[in-house]
Amino acid sequence: MSNELIRLKDCFMAFDDQVVLNSINLYIKDREFLTLLGPSGCGKTTTLRIIGGFQKPTSGSVFFDGVRINDVPPHKRRINTVFQKYALFSHMNVFENVAFGLRIAKLPKAEIKRRVTETLKLVNLPGFEKRSVNSLSGGQQQRIAIARAIVNRPQVLLLDEPLGALDLKLRKEMQIELKKIQQQVGITFVYVTHDQEEALTMSDTIVVMNQGNIQQIGTPTDIYNEPKNAFVASFIGESNIIDGIMNEDYMVTFAGHTFRCLDSGFAQNELVDVVVRPEDLHICAPEEGHIRGVVESIVFKGVHYEMIVRTPAFPFLVQSTLHRAVGQEIGLSLTPDDIHIMRKPKQKDAQAAPLPDAQAADA
Amino acid sequence: MNKKGLSTPYVIWMAIFVVAPLILVVVYAFTSKSGGFTFENFSGMLQYAGIFSNSFLLAIIATAICLAIGYPLSYFLAKESATIRKVAMIFIMLPMWMNFLLRTYAWMSILEDTGLFNRLLALLGLPTLHIINTNAAVVIGMVYNFLPFMILPIFSVIEKIDRSVIEAAQDLGANSVMVFKRVIFPLSLPGVLSGITMVFIPAVSTFVISKLLGGGMTWLLGDLIENQFLGNVYNPHLGSAISLVMMIIVMICMAVMNRFGEGEEGAVVL
Repeated sequence: MSNELIRLKDCFMAFDDQVVLNSINLYIKDREFLTLLGPSGCGKTTTLRIIGGFQKPTSGSVFFDGVRINDVPPHKRRINTVFQKYALFSHMNVFENVAFGLRIAKLPKAEIKRRVTETLKLVNLPGFEKRSVNSLSGGQQQRIAIARAIVNRPQVLLLDEPLGALDLKLRKEMQIELKKIQQQVGITFVYVTHDQEEALTMSDTIVVMNQGNIQQIGTPTDIYNEPKNAFVASFIGESNIIDGIMNEDYMVTFAGHTFRCLDSGFAQNELVDVVVRPEDLHICAPEEGHIRGVVESIVFKGVHYEMIVRTPAFPFLVQSTLHRAVGQEIGLSLTPDDIHIMRKPKQKDAQAAPLPDAQAADA
Repeated sequence: MNKKGLSTPYVIWMAIFVVAPLILVVVYAFTSKSGGFTFENFSGMLQYAGIFSNSFLLAIIATAICLAIGYPLSYFLAKESATIRKVAMIFIMLPMWMNFLLRTYAWMSILEDTGLFNRLLALLGLPTLHIINTNAAVVIGMVYNFLPFMILPIFSVIEKIDRSVIEAAQDLGANSVMVFKRVIFPLSLPGVLSGITMVFIPAVSTFVISKLLGGGMTWLLGDLIENQFLGNVYNPHLGSAISLVMMIIVMICMAVMNRFGEGEEGAVVL
């Protein structure tokens, strides 16, 4: 799992003066499931298209297995893509769609037949060879698109929001299935999505992007538990982001209370962003908690209740299995490892600022 | 309200202006001047075999030339920016806004022995050509008049091919030649087939073009039929029979062509 397969070095991309990728650096390991995650317009699809060869970076290099491939056209790369809207060939049946790449590679007929049959079995559509692709459901078309790509045994499979058009239930099934397929065929998956839950479910590594910059690279657990900045924290899961002051190492004041925390290395009395996940706020009696507040609203979410707790400083989003009536005064308590301290971005536009930390993560 | 009822006026319109004349043609084709049933109109048709073959030959040549010009033009045009495409479309359509006769008269003066074309040749020091009143002039007239009918359907089909389908083919290892052969061309076939239909049918039945540019030297089916109705021989029975035979041959041609195209893509307008 450790050898590097793809590297993007200082990839910069601009369309008519609009910066789409701001000199990103990234490497992708062999056989890993890497997800590019971010809101629309963050540059994730552009990154994928650069790897696939459909777009050339304005400057910077793309390496594949140590070789610079900027000028290699898509049809000469050992990379296949599953497109957002499947892009199946509507003038061919399922068999011909899947066999397309093998026919181009001029494989013997028997071999083509064997591999197509085998791959259709892998994507759970055995016996669909003669069907017209137009007669298939969205989920089935999706599987054909995957089969058409992996039948060529590429070293890397690129997937551009492949589950975006499916309904929730099917999407969840496909997430598990995709992960299974990836483990079975043992190739690198580079997956693009804006759905944080999808990213957390499937990935070995998540790359969080925003406005052309990489915000953080890490495992799903890292990204969720240790977000590097307020953007990552708010994009992955829900969070309370509160202004705070770092009194000294391991001591932070916010919401009218001073807490012990696990962070250090800040200037004395530096203004910081404090991130607290809604499920980390524990409900207790008003006098027992660190913070006192009044329940402003409560909504039943199935697994838990979600409430807004109004405190003098900040309305906290709290998730708890406990029910508290609206208007009731309650206490909220926190342990030191529930508190995540983030440096305030230097520029006004927090999310556009390149983060030296995120870049360092892949060095 | 029953929405099906809304089609009633169109059904009536078709019955009056399409079905009724067709029945009339069939009736005329199988009757003699005296009004009795006869096959005479058909048995006497063999003497016009030359006109039949000439008509079809010229129409096929004109259609082939239209396709040879129209396909690449549509293909490259579809790749251009939206502005260029719009302007080009206006220029393609522009001649169609002029009167058909006027356009054809213009070609007469261009192709004359002392016309624009020959004067241009002379200016370049080349020998002049006798084109007017030949089959070549007729074909030129057909191509000029019917080319837009080839370009429009092909262009609109190619323009609609999803960019990501082409990228998918490239992604799967196809170079640009293979992308064209295996994806773009098969996907554009419906446009090609309707383009061929829309050029071939008016070309095979034209009489104005052959009359003006062919100078009456070469008779086409259109001229023959016209002569039966408006000419001095006046024999609508024979004219109807010729029309009917021509229609059947055209229908067979189109059916064969559509069958050929079906392997790649669904049926096309006849």
